[in-house]
Amino acid sequence: MERSVTVMVNGRTHTASVEPRLLLVHFLREVLDLTGTHVGCDTTSCGACTVLLDGVPIKSCTFLAVQADGRQVTTVEGLARDGELHPVQQGFKEEHGLQCGFCTPGMVLVAKALLDETPDPSEDQIRWAISGNICRCTGYQNIVRAIQWAARRLRGEPQEVGR
Amino acid sequence: MSPTREDLDGIGVRVKRHEDDRFVRGRGRYLDDIKLPGMLHMEILRSPYAHARLRAVDASKARALPGVVAVITGQDLAAHNLAWMPTLSGDTQAVLATDKVRFQGQEVAAVVAESPYIAKDALQLIEVQYEPLPPVVDPRKALEPGAPLIRDDKPDQATNHIYHWEAGDRDATERAFREADRVVTLETHYPRCHPAPLECCGCIADVNPATGKATIYMTTQAPHVVRTVFALVTGYPEHQIRIISPDIGGGFGNKVPVYPGYVVATAASLLLGRPVKWVEDRTGNLTSTGYARDFHMKGELALKGDRIVGLRVRVLGDHGAFYADAQPTKFKIGLFHIVSGSYDIPAAFCEADGAYTNKAPGGVAYRCSFRVTEASFLIERLVQTAAYELGVDPAEFRRRNFIRKEQFPYRSAFGWVYDSGDYHRALDLALEKLDYARWRRDQEEARRQGRLIGIGLASFTEIVGAGPSHTFDILGLKMFDSAELRVHPTGKAVLKLGTRTQGQGHETTYAQIIASELGIPARDVEVQEGDTDHTPYGLGTYASRSTPTSGAAAAVVARRLREKARKIAAHLLEVSEHDLEWEPGRFYVRGAPEKGTTIQEIAFAAYTNFPPGLEPGLEDVCYYDPPNLTFPFGTYAVVVEVDRGTGQWRPLRVVAVDDCGVRINPMIVEGQIMGGLCEGYGIAAMELITYDEQGNCIGSTFMDYLLPTAWETPRFELYETVTPSPHHPLGAKGVGESATVGSPAAYVNAVIDAMVHAGVRNIDMPLTPDRVREALERAGLAE
Amino acid sequence: MYPPPFDYFAPTTLEETLDLLARYGDEAKVLAGGQSLLPLMKLRLASPSYLIDINRLPGLDVLDDRPGSGLRVGALVRHKTLERSDLVHRRYPTVAACAPLVADPLVRNLGTLVGSVCHADPQGDWGAVVLALDGHIVARSLRGERRIPASEFFVGPLTTILQPDEMVTEVHLPDPGPRVFGTYFKLERKVGDFATVGVAVHLSFQDGRVASPGIGLTAVGPTSLRARRAEALLRGQRLSEALILEAARTAAQEADPSSDVRGSAEYKRQVVRVFVTRALRQALAAQPA
Repeated sequence: MERSVTVMVNGRTHTASVEPRLLLVHFLREVLDLTGTHVGCDTTSCGACTVLLDGVPIKSCTFLAVQADGRQVTTVEGLARDGELHPVQQGFKEEHGLQCGFCTPGMVLVAKALLDETPDPSEDQIRWAISGNICRCTGYQNIVRAIQWAARRLRGEPQEVGR
Repeated sequence: MSPTREDLDGIGVRVKRHEDDRFVRGRGRYLDDIKLPGMLHMEILRSPYAHARLRAVDASKARALPGVVAVITGQDLAAHNLAWMPTLSGDTQAVLATDKVRFQGQEVAAVVAESPYIAKDALQLIEVQYEPLPPVVDPRKALEPGAPLIRDDKPDQATNHIYHWEAGDRDATERAFREADRVVTLETHYPRCHPAPLECCGCIADVNPATGKATIYMTTQAPHVVRTVFALVTGYPEHQIRIISPDIGGGFGNKVPVYPGYVVATAASLLLGRPVKWVEDRTGNLTSTGYARDFHMKGELALKGDRIVGLRVRVLGDHGAFYADAQPTKFKIGLFHIVSGSYDIPAAFCEADGAYTNKAPGGVAYRCSFRVTEASFLIERLVQTAAYELGVDPAEFRRRNFIRKEQFPYRSAFGWVYDSGDYHRALDLALEKLDYARWRRDQEEARRQGRLIGIGLASFTEIVGAGPSHTFDILGLKMFDSAELRVHPTGKAVLKLGTRTQGQGHETTYAQIIASELGIPARDVEVQEGDTDHTPYGLGTYASRSTPTSGAAAAVVARRLREKARKIAAHLLEVSEHDLEWEPGRFYVRGAPEKGTTIQEIAFAAYTNFPPGLEPGLEDVCYYDPPNLTFPFGTYAVVVEVDRGTGQWRPLRVVAVDDCGVRINPMIVEGQIMGGLCEGYGIAAMELITYDEQGNCIGSTFMDYLLPTAWETPRFELYETVTPSPHHPLGAKGVGESATVGSPAAYVNAVIDAMVHAGVRNIDMPLTPDRVREALERAGLAE
Repeated sequence: MYPPPFDYFAPTTLEETLDLLARYGDEAKVLAGGQSLLPLMKLRLASPSYLIDINRLPGLDVLDDRPGSGLRVGALVRHKTLERSDLVHRRYPTVAACAPLVADPLVRNLGTLVGSVCHADPQGDWGAVVLALDGHIVARSLRGERRIPASEFFVGPLTTILQPDEMVTEVHLPDPGPRVFGTYFKLERKVGDFATVGVAVHLSFQDGRVASPGIGLTAVGPTSLRARRAEALLRGQRLSEALILEAARTAAQEADPSSDVRGSAEYKRQVVRVFVTRALRQALAAQPA
């Protein structure tokens, strides 16, 4: 028995008729063709599917599309403005915060939510905030640097010189 | 006048990656992102039993479910001779089970439906009759007489024994052991773990009924090999098969084998005339795709005083139900016989036996460099153990037994010729940066306060870049690799290679090689990999082979183009070729440097104004057959503190000194190392796939197969030495797997070191809190 | 990865919700955070025919305490809210210690304490805390309301005393008074792992003596457990090293763990002992001289 849902995704309103069992991540990927949000596991363990729900990071594989009715979702595709990268995205490029890129959308969104609330996080706060997102490639150290780069950029401070 | 190395983004520059833009925007194109018109979805039914006769498969209810297009069973495939396929190790593997199931998770049937939700619903409607058989989960028991026979499908297979393999000199080694004044022994199990890339495996098979062309998008690290294997197995003409490897979300060796799902999806597409997508779920990935390790090893060192005079190793390999390792044909256990490591050991012998068990097939994976992880772990644990027994500091013991710098190129007792190395320097640098002496004092002080601090070292030698054609092949295909370079009239270029990146940054690093060799800025070079229709033949990316093989090929082909460019330059400048000098991006007349021509001008001339008799264009392809492997090395030093109450341990310092020769992009090299140090920590601390007595897989989801998060993962301090490879055109060695190879022993040595004063000798990985506490209790150290 | 089909309701009033529960009973499941339920459904280990989404019900996000009356944790209070609550940090330190250790930061944004308690996984953290604090579970149905003591609530693994037509609207934790000590230790092999062992220790002091001791145990029995004999040893006593060691040993004996891949039963008992020891030593150290 399908239900109608209306979700605002990256600032645009979408209405669709979906099965209640359709997971939000599949709604985004298959119905809206926003494939930047990824699936990495089947036990809510990896965070590759992270999106922002009303600004708060959640695992979209463990949330039904019908639950998103009337809510606002931000995916990685919604971060850049007029093609210009969000400072968090830029930070990941600057600091080699990604290798295969599969965990990156989730990391970037969690980082954005963190910095929205905590503009000057300590390294511990950063590692704690991303502890729900698994990365297999980077060993996390450059992800931390990427987020610190973005934090400085958002605070209007100079970047570290040379490494 | 000439652009600098930094202007060009050449070798040695920390160039930011070209590929990052699409990934940070979420516009990567991974397998599951691809949608084709008319595409169907496939899900696989997996066996709940580890060992059982397959009596019947009734798919009638599943076929009747609306939205289901087809259900394929082993019998269906058998009718087309596709129920079995060859493995990369020369064995056979079931595509879909016909007679028996041989491991929990084995593929039994496949549903093709309009959506993956419906396909999953249909799986539950397939009724399978199994007749359980006693499972064999211990490789030692598998080799005992009377053990249940797993591979009764093979006519000449009377037992569960797969191979016996030897390397080295048995007699010389026996002699060394007889003459030794001490023998140090260590038995250890390198447990089964899993590469677990964040993206699971999958494919979209699109056999076009109108043209006959089979286009298969596939998460594969070795697209050309797959194409050839498909052609050989199915009889489908090779030129009508196109394998496209899109963006890959991590490989680590998990995406080298040919999995049953790929074959079934292709057969389904051929049958149905529509594209068929199969993406496994994480449970399928962990229970059925190529796991890593599972080696039971016994190592012995023969010592005279504090010098190692002999090494003897016995290995029992647990290979699961099918011998499906991806490794060079000649070597049953890969490059394991690098096990003499960084040490000058005059006599060495290694023998190995492989056993079938009722577990998933595999073994060579997870950044192992073809079993170098196992070998490196064993020798570094053995050396540490010997140091303790002799009462010699573990760093000093290594120093006394290292191959010395003057001895390179060094022929080991197993016959490998190590190209270059300076092990003492790497060790000394690691100890200096760690402040080893101070930590030894702190350890003493901590002990007096009842705290347990440990310092662990590992001085690994890697062996990568497979490999020279005289020794290396996979299924007969020699292990060269390739680079095809074409420069366009406006001076931009496209570089196509036979390797396939899964996050290693090839779109940037290969371009840097061209920048240095030809003076075309790296940003003007487009790198293409992964599409077998459009790239030269190669063996793919795994075992850290890309830089040693295709990196060399890229340098060689660029140099060939430079030589052709010289001819064109001579023509443009109206001088003889011999009067020309080269600086990056430009030829100029010797003695008159202002009289020159840029590579961009030369490129244009290659199409518009080339000398008579010279072929137009500026392109070439190089197939590079490496003369030798390369031998990256390093020393890792780890300090840990152990909680005497819970058995938990955490690293306080991780210092890594790596030497991979010339670093094409130091930023990317460091990224590879940190990723490997994290994997090494996970393997040492928490990663495990195991099976209970009934053959049930424990470690089939991320709830049980544990991966470290940013919170547990320590901070890494990276340093380098640079000892170029003498035979590689760029002096580069490759580095992708060094840290996964070298670091587990460093972590384990550190934990043992914290407790060795109370008699603890060994704890097998993973060093989970309960295992550590058990050792603490036996040593009288527990809280 | 793909849940089986079900029908879905998103009621806007409590009456509507209770009506649905009365009608569909044990074929229905309440959906709040969904961070325990949906994973089970995705693995097809649970297949309810009806999901009743209570996220639109007003007033269920109540988190307050009235003097003498205790803390009310409404059914829609997320773990994250507890983690950040000033009130919780000031007055309910056991809750404050546990909240950040539940699952991972993303799950904490959606999951709820009440949902976790109703899920009754013996490896779930909140059960031990609610037991240690002597909480009550407030359950509503068309038949009325009942307050169930935590000690009666957990019946077996993933099984509570709730009737199919009942929904929990809040958990109620009594006011511990001004001199309270509380902490929660969790042995997890990594963030997001279920507890190998979890220990909640909650005590208040009166005239320097222990009053209302609560020791709750996670993952060492078929349900969350309370170490009552250990508590009895502490009640009315002044803390001392010797008493601490004895109480810890007793608590370890009261645990009923199973051997599994996380460790042997004996190992888990040792960890219970170590955690209770460390918690009580902290309590002793925190006391004014």
